[in-house]
Amino acid sequence: MSVNVSMNVNGRAVCGEVEDRTLLVEFLRENLRLTGTHVGCDTSQCGACVVHVDGRSVKACTMLAVQAEGAEVTTIEGLAQDGKLHPMQEAFRENHGLQCGFCTPGMVMSALDLVERNPDPSSAEVREWLEGNLCRCTGYHNIVKSILAGASAMRGGS
Amino acid sequence: MAENGIGASVPRTEDHRFLTGTGSYTDDSNLPHQTYAAFVRSTHAHATVALDTSAAAAAPGVVAVLTGTDLAGDQVGSLICGWVVTGKDGEPHKAPPHPALAADTVRHVGDAMAIVVAESARAARDAAELVKVDYTPLPAVVSMRDALAEGAPQIHAEAPGNLCYDWEIGDRAATDEAFGRARHVARLDLVNNRLIPNAMEPRAAIGDYNPATGDYTLRLTSQNPHIHRLVLAAFVQIAPEHKLHVIAPDVGGGFGSKIFIYQEETAVLWAAGKIGRPVKWTADRSESFVADAHGRDHETHVELALDEGGRFLGLRVETRANMGAYLSTFASCVPSYLYGTLLQGQYTTEAIYCEVKAVFTNTTPVDALRGAGRPEATYLIERIVDQAAHDMGIDPAELRRRNFIPADAFPYPTKVALEYDSGNYGLALDRALELADYNGFAARRAESEAKGRLRGIGLSAYIEACGIAPSQVVGSLGAGVGLWESGGIRFNPTGNVLVYTGSHSHGQGHETTFAQLVSDYLGVPFENIEVVHGDTEKTPFGMGTYGSRSLAVGGSALVKAMDKIIAKGRKIAAFSLEASEEDIEFSGGDFKVAGTDRSMNIAEVAFSAYVPHNYPLDELEPGLEETGFYDPANFTFPAGTHVCEVEVDPETGTTEIVHWVAVDDFGNVINPMIVEGQVHGGVAHGVGQALLEGCAYDADGQLVTGSFMDYTMPRADDLPDLTVETTCTPCPHNPLGVKGCGEAGAIAAPAAVMNAITHALGTGAIDMPATPQAVWRALNQ
Repeated sequence: MSVNVSMNVNGRAVCGEVEDRTLLVEFLRENLRLTGTHVGCDTSQCGACVVHVDGRSVKACTMLAVQAEGAEVTTIEGLAQDGKLHPMQEAFRENHGLQCGFCTPGMVMSALDLVERNPDPSSAEVREWLEGNLCRCTGYHNIVKSILAGASAMRGGS
Repeated sequence: MAENGIGASVPRTEDHRFLTGTGSYTDDSNLPHQTYAAFVRSTHAHATVALDTSAAAAAPGVVAVLTGTDLAGDQVGSLICGWVVTGKDGEPHKAPPHPALAADTVRHVGDAMAIVVAESARAARDAAELVKVDYTPLPAVVSMRDALAEGAPQIHAEAPGNLCYDWEIGDRAATDEAFGRARHVARLDLVNNRLIPNAMEPRAAIGDYNPATGDYTLRLTSQNPHIHRLVLAAFVQIAPEHKLHVIAPDVGGGFGSKIFIYQEETAVLWAAGKIGRPVKWTADRSESFVADAHGRDHETHVELALDEGGRFLGLRVETRANMGAYLSTFASCVPSYLYGTLLQGQYTTEAIYCEVKAVFTNTTPVDALRGAGRPEATYLIERIVDQAAHDMGIDPAELRRRNFIPADAFPYPTKVALEYDSGNYGLALDRALELADYNGFAARRAESEAKGRLRGIGLSAYIEACGIAPSQVVGSLGAGVGLWESGGIRFNPTGNVLVYTGSHSHGQGHETTFAQLVSDYLGVPFENIEVVHGDTEKTPFGMGTYGSRSLAVGGSALVKAMDKIIAKGRKIAAFSLEASEEDIEFSGGDFKVAGTDRSMNIAEVAFSAYVPHNYPLDELEPGLEETGFYDPANFTFPAGTHVCEVEVDPETGTTEIVHWVAVDDFGNVINPMIVEGQVHGGVAHGVGQALLEGCAYDADGQLVTGSFMDYTMPRADDLPDLTVETTCTPCPHNPLGVKGCGEAGAIAAPAAVMNAITHALGTGAIDMPATPQAVWRALNQ
């Protein structure tokens, strides 16, 4: 059965006609061609698909598009402003927090929710928060370093 | 050192697109008029099958349902193994047919039988469920022991006794003699656990066919697009090489698993030709678990003979290596030439003998995975060295030091067919022990004991052969290809540069590292350099990326191309500056007439090359573009020492890694930041193998660990911060002096972890993965 959905994605009102079983991640990737949100598993484990829905990090493979009806959705494409990277993106770049880049959008979106809840996390808190995000390339060392640096920059630190 | 040149930790050029969600992975692309594929896969480990596709073909949105019978009817060739290993008996290995779609017999769970093509991915999946498969189960063999047993069910008629090969290396008689002289013999039985690669991006492929020209295009997740093209053209014979364009765009990790030519991309490309529309397939993770080639899976008995002073007299190794149900693209060379040849380790062991039986089982095929053979070699050497140290009451660091190949003994011919080029093993060990505060361990152990915890420290002094590989050597050992690499430099008239490499980046950062190299060597500003890879119509033929080879072999090819550019630039400058060619010096991007202030920047030379209004055309060709091919003189031999310290909770069996030190010799380093990142990732892979990742099949051949809920991947809180340093003995035989760093961590780490755990537990009777249950059992049984 087809249904209409509408939501705000990265500050833009969008709508589309989708099959009722369409996942939010499928709507983002296929209908909106926002392919920065990735699909790395089918059991909600890997976190490559993390986006923000109404300000909270959500695995976009774990909710239906229709469940986001009327919501404010932010994806990785919505972070950089006027060609300038968000401080968390910049921190990942400066600290080599990514290699193949596939898990990266989910890592960044997840990190931002952590910093929203806990502006000055410890290294251990970052590691615990990343429970739901898998990376095969970096060994997490530089992801943790990036998130700590990003949090510091967002607090106005250097 | 230039700001963006060799030795600088330049932030990566490629990161901007990945960080803004604008990368271009295979699944991000869609072609006009595209269809979608789903595969019908075997749910049995071994069975004969009959398919009824009528209901699926009639389902809504279905374009075609194609089976193994259709594939055979079109005479699509079998998948191949590209390296023929010759056994003890002088016979080549057994490489039974491996069709892209099984027609009548399936041999592992996940074996593809049919491809369903539909107007949407959902329609394809729904219809795949409607294909009726009539299975007649056959007895399955899952373990290697069962497969080799008398009267075992036969998986392939071509491989009697399920034996792929029985191979040996080294000197059996000399080793027997060495054992006869031994004061002590250490013995271990070791399992090197099967791993599932799990690059975060699942494999994907989009096949396209243009009936107007007869051209095929395959866009896919590949570490080596030219090898894909070669095999699909020359062996599978879907299209000739000049009619097949292979693109490997951004690829989300490989670790070996995206080297191989698989059933799915073959079927997708063939199906695109049959239906005349693009066909797209993207694996879901459940498919990746059963269809991506697995890694490792060895069972080994190892013995080390020592004299009274603890010197290594002889090493004897007997290994069974699982090939899975079919022989994958490079599977045969992994437990032979990438394994037995590394058994010298860092030591002067006087005699070595190794025999390997490669075995077919009804499991997913096994092939190269990060390290490929070398982690298995290092694991057994470093475990048996620790066992010997324990047996003889010698400190493990001291025992290693006593047996190291001395720093002044290079080049060092090994007892297993290689010649180590350079190294200083004692230096790395000493620095690692210092960073790990090895001498302070007893006090830390006492602190742990006061808390009711067990503490252990473990060393792994690893070696690997990288920079794969001298074509003459691998050719003599059975490789079907040469393993040189290509590099191209194209100056544009405005002075900026396109750099072409036949290697492929899927996380390693070639776009940055290679630009640093070219910037440094040619004096072109970093931001004026673009690195191009992953497209058979753009780059010269190249062999791709694996075996930590891209910089050592591919970077050296670029040096050859750049030397040609400089040679031609010198001619152009000599003409333009009215000097003799011999008087032209090149440095920092400028061609200068020696002893004068007359000079031309390389950008001006390029402009002149493309605007040759006054050229003496009989002496000087227009244009500034050169290609180099580099075939290495030898392997490179990165080596080093990793130290792992663990704390074990004896109540729960939980192991916590409390400290990690890596000191690696990678030769010269171009981008230290990237190199450290490679070490971090490799260590995590090795820690995953040691503590977490255990691929399990049940007795019927069902993969029990078939999802991220069952197969434990390393997560952020499984790992500590890592202390990483490098030492440097430059590689003497490539122009950059580099050795390679991509696999070192995965090679070093498992033994370091397990030696720390056995040190903590006081028993060596434990295999990987050392899960809490395994540790608890080792303590309590």
